[in-house]
Amino acid sequence: MGFQNLLLGFQVALQPHNLFLAVLGITLGTIIGVLPGLGGANGVAILLPLTFSMSPTSAIILLTSLYWGALFGGAITSILFNIPGEPWSVATTFDGFPMAQRGESGQALTAAFSSSFVGALFSVILITLFAPLLAEVALRFGPPEFFAIQLLTFSSFIGLGGGNPVKSLVSILIGFILAVVGLDIVTGTLRLTFGITALMKGLDFIVAVIGLFGIGEILLTMEEGLSFRGTSAKINPRVVVQTWKILPRYCRTFVRSAFIGFWMGFKPGGATPASFMSYAFAKRFSRHPERFGKGEIEGVVAPETAAHAAGGASLLPMITLGIPGSPTAAVMLGGLIIWGLQPGPLLFKEKPEFVWGLIASMYTGNVMGVLMVLAFVPFFAAILRIPFAILTPLIVSICAVGAYSVHSSMVDVWYMLIFGVVGYAFKKLDYPLAPLVLALVLGDLAENALRQSLIMSQGSFLIFFTRPIAGAISSVAVFFFALPILTPWWRRVRGLPASVPTRQET
Amino acid sequence: MRTADVTTALLLAAGGVLVLWDSVRIGVGWSTDGPQSGFFPFWLAVALLCCCAAIVVQTIRRSDRTPFVTREAMGPVLKVLVPAIVFVVLIQIIGLYVATALYMPFYMRWIGRHSWLVVVALSIAIPVATFLVFEVWFLVPMPKGPLEAWLDY
Repeated sequence: MGFQNLLLGFQVALQPHNLFLAVLGITLGTIIGVLPGLGGANGVAILLPLTFSMSPTSAIILLTSLYWGALFGGAITSILFNIPGEPWSVATTFDGFPMAQRGESGQALTAAFSSSFVGALFSVILITLFAPLLAEVALRFGPPEFFAIQLLTFSSFIGLGGGNPVKSLVSILIGFILAVVGLDIVTGTLRLTFGITALMKGLDFIVAVIGLFGIGEILLTMEEGLSFRGTSAKINPRVVVQTWKILPRYCRTFVRSAFIGFWMGFKPGGATPASFMSYAFAKRFSRHPERFGKGEIEGVVAPETAAHAAGGASLLPMITLGIPGSPTAAVMLGGLIIWGLQPGPLLFKEKPEFVWGLIASMYTGNVMGVLMVLAFVPFFAAILRIPFAILTPLIVSICAVGAYSVHSSMVDVWYMLIFGVVGYAFKKLDYPLAPLVLALVLGDLAENALRQSLIMSQGSFLIFFTRPIAGAISSVAVFFFALPILTPWWRRVRGLPASVPTRQET
Repeated sequence: MRTADVTTALLLAAGGVLVLWDSVRIGVGWSTDGPQSGFFPFWLAVALLCCCAAIVVQTIRRSDRTPFVTREAMGPVLKVLVPAIVFVVLIQIIGLYVATALYMPFYMRWIGRHSWLVVVALSIAIPVATFLVFEVWFLVPMPKGPLEAWLDY
């Protein structure tokens, strides 16, 4: 039955119109991934208003293709310019850039794109197999289970996100508080508006994403005074084929990294730790660990495979549970609501052509994506040679257009600027932005799930622990919340040195 | 960094107090139909205040004296931020397209010192492209000003 559904999906995804949108999405996505200040989440947010007039299936195909493109684009800047376009590309620079400096940029890029492709494909196959099962299970979930999943989502930012757990919690709380602003749809009360009319319609997360990730990132880039002096992309079919001949040697690295990526990725904030973890594992299991960091091809393969497997996996909870695994998935989830779809397990029953079209487009999008980036790398790399004085005003005006077009409202453009400054300050002070955005998107859903659960239990919080599924999920969530307190204690007991702080996901 | 950290935490705490006050106003308890509107934000604000206190304590214990922004780094940041603010003000007054056509060349000339040919060509091409994509292709209206009114669009 699953196979027939997938065929149905391919019929949707292979329509010429949708193929065109996929090509458009990948092209734009790669450009966005290459440019500083425009990441996947941001690009999807800016393009979202343009999809309001499309059919939901075409719209999601455009946006997911953009997402794949952005993932590919991150690898280009890491390898050629030593600048990770996205946080999960940081590990790719360790060996990718030394390779490019040795004049092996073609091999590095081919390895990166091929591993991305393998990682993503692995995730998509697992999604195809498990998404319907997960949706089937999730159909039996009630409000307490959904609230428990929300708890788990946010607890994993605190327990597994690295960085300062208190600051992660603050980011989550701010996101939820901002989501409360405006009209309470349950009781009809105005909340946190303080009599200001502009606040009555609430704060839109799309505007927040554009401000936090777009304007904030530009300000940060400016401060760091980055200049793009990179090596050139030398890539031709001969190099590609030669590299492809070498790659099967790293079969075990591929499989290991893909599993790490998928496992980390369907929990939020997973792509970055997945890429680092996979790099570390590849180094530990390698016969030549000393070559890592000096331009070892395996050091490019491992993080790229994991990052893309994680990127794909983050879409799994979004389509089955209605809970996004990454900021980009969160923006897409917002899109689903705007297009009039109810995200969650019922989608599989009510809109099979949408869900399976989306899943099939992940296959087609990745196949087209890897071919397109291999063919046009020099073109995409040339974008980074556009002078900063042209890129900056262009990105600022694109952000302004995106923020305005969400509700055709000028207030949103001001919010965007404010969020930009906040994003800049938060980034500098080590407050993670991803949990803030996720909380802002999920705020209403979380609050409703909490309210309904409490109504069911007459106000007792024990309901999250007495029901079997909710209880299991909540217990894991509580464990993750407690992890930052438990870890130092455990280390002291065992006499291990204090942990080294890791980089955070944006 | 220490001052900035404490200031941010205090600002956030002040926001938390504001949320607390508004939540209490609309009711944080239990009514006949379940939790009242202020229930959720109230507890969020309580948690936020606790976290802010923890951050202040954490920061004061650790002495990180590196400045939040160095004086040299401040310049480039303001050079982006201030024109961006002016740009948004301009959008409000004269519409997006004309504002872009003024903002782009100003920035390119002032920061980039690009040749007039590049500057003029891009400042015309970009607003026109935006117009075609948004207004014509996707039918998404952008803010307009006196020029568009005069052109009767």
